Amino acid sequence: MIAWVLAADPLLSGHIDKGVVAIVIVKTLLAFALLLVSVLLVIWFERKIISDMQNRVGPNRAGPFGVLITLADGMKFIFKEPLLPERADKRVFRLAPYLSTVPAFLSFAIVPIGGTVHVFGHTTRLQLADPPIGILFLLAMSSVAVYGVMLAGWSSGSKYPLLGSVRASAQMVSYEAALGLTVATVVLITGSLTISAIVDEQSGSIFNINLIRLGVVPFVIFMIAATAELNRPPFDLVEAEQELVGGFHTEYSSSRFALFFLAEFMNTITMSAIIVTLFLGGPNGPGFDFLPWLWPILWFFAKLLVFLFVYVWFRATLPRLRYDQLMDLGWKVLIPGSLGWLLILAALNVERWYPAIGVGVGALLAWMLLARAMRVGRERSDPDVAEVGG
Amino acid sequence: MGFFDGFWVTLRQFGHVVTHQYPKVKRPKPPRFHGRHVLNRYEDGMEKCIGCELCAGVCPARCIYVRGADNPPEQPVSPGERYGFVYEINYLRCIHCDLCVEACPTEAITESKLFEFSFFNRQDAIYTKKELVVGDDGKPKQMPWEDWREGDDLATSAWVRATSPSGSAQYEGQVQWSGELGYGVRAPEKGQSEDAP
Repeated sequence: MIAWVLAADPLLSGHIDKGVVAIVIVKTLLAFALLLVSVLLVIWFERKIISDMQNRVGPNRAGPFGVLITLADGMKFIFKEPLLPERADKRVFRLAPYLSTVPAFLSFAIVPIGGTVHVFGHTTRLQLADPPIGILFLLAMSSVAVYGVMLAGWSSGSKYPLLGSVRASAQMVSYEAALGLTVATVVLITGSLTISAIVDEQSGSIFNINLIRLGVVPFVIFMIAATAELNRPPFDLVEAEQELVGGFHTEYSSSRFALFFLAEFMNTITMSAIIVTLFLGGPNGPGFDFLPWLWPILWFFAKLLVFLFVYVWFRATLPRLRYDQLMDLGWKVLIPGSLGWLLILAALNVERWYPAIGVGVGALLAWMLLARAMRVGRERSDPDVAEVGG
Repeated sequence: MGFFDGFWVTLRQFGHVVTHQYPKVKRPKPPRFHGRHVLNRYEDGMEKCIGCELCAGVCPARCIYVRGADNPPEQPVSPGERYGFVYEINYLRCIHCDLCVEACPTEAITESKLFEFSFFNRQDAIYTKKELVVGDDGKPKQMPWEDWREGDDLATSAWVRATSPSGSAQYEGQVQWSGELGYGVRAPEKGQSEDAP
């Protein structure tokens, strides 16, 4: 069993000696450092881009072009007093930030950032872990992260964080369903849960990437659901700094507060990386003979950067959704949409064509009927709409 | 699709930064900007102030303190009978309304464009005559705590020249003012009204 689990990575398939263990440790440290450094850069990147979009200058004091702004902010956080509310559940209160941060670290472990490399006579993937459950690990980790949010609000011993955390966890749980269903379409096409198989399946031609093979719909749904899952604008009702006291982390300060933000931005990076992996072929791309190991890494980071930019673009452009609109979008549009698309893809995947078309049309009809039923239901429940509709 | 137009709106904002890097870069000030005062002198070096205290009387913030005195016959300070013996402006109270400039019968007190002067004690906030009177080159004296920039000390009497002493449009374009040390008689400001000469 264990040998089968380890077989996914060529490094661990043979005899495991001290060198292999050392390589694994170095890889772990590198992934950790990479994620931390990219958080520093991504926060700066986000603030610079969004200020460009708002005709502002943005951070420009610390370091050249303000690159060190995050470092300065981090230092400030660390030297502040970590307040502990008197009525807080103290152990859970201390635990909650780590429940947010650790899953954020762990889910990055399954992301392949490049192809295979040869170091010191060993062959290894530029991917920290490639478990057979693969993509399910991501869903598991994002579910654990909900506990961080929920327990942070609950353990604060105050009603505002509690309300904020209820909002947040409800949002994260509802969008996880749509997220899971779109992941299911990817798994359906690939026939495997492992990330390396998903990536390999998309190699070769640009028409092999899942964005095109699955139709654009799962990609769009995943993108929206991921934005909501990350609590990023326009779905940032969790914090909603213009409206709320501060959401679930109202009572947090100092480095504990910083951990929540660290987790949020790490999740942003990880989620962008997952989108790149699932739908855009990850590190796949045309390579050249010169430094062959470098090109996949460059491709990966180029694609990643596009999505990081798109998230900032969302934030600058879209106004925040109301809570009921958020729930409507999640439950009445994204979940039926992704479910219907999954059925259509499943039908097309069956080699017998007539039932395939039958199921596909059936799914489409069911979707339309559902949409119609929801419309009627809304008109009946909402007096304003009923009057207009006559 | 109106929904996607918004994305173009935010994207096209790139490169349209309106912020000026203020302490390093300063925008040019309007010609009639109200800054800190100067006490002007005639072209022969005589002070214009006659110690009439009209500026102190009109000041709504009561920040001006003037005491006049008779000119010493052998060494007159101003061309008239009396001169401003004590002249103090408290810049912790001054609101830069320019009423003193309007009240002055001899255009002795006008305003420069300097507004960035931050002192460390209240003594420095009270400008005495020694600090307010222009130097021998006709330019304002510059205190160490004042941040003078290019052009702040030019056209210190712009307001007077733009509107003429009576403020009436029929005087526009006519020289109704006396010369200044270092600059001579300044030319009138053009373009105040459409039928101006």
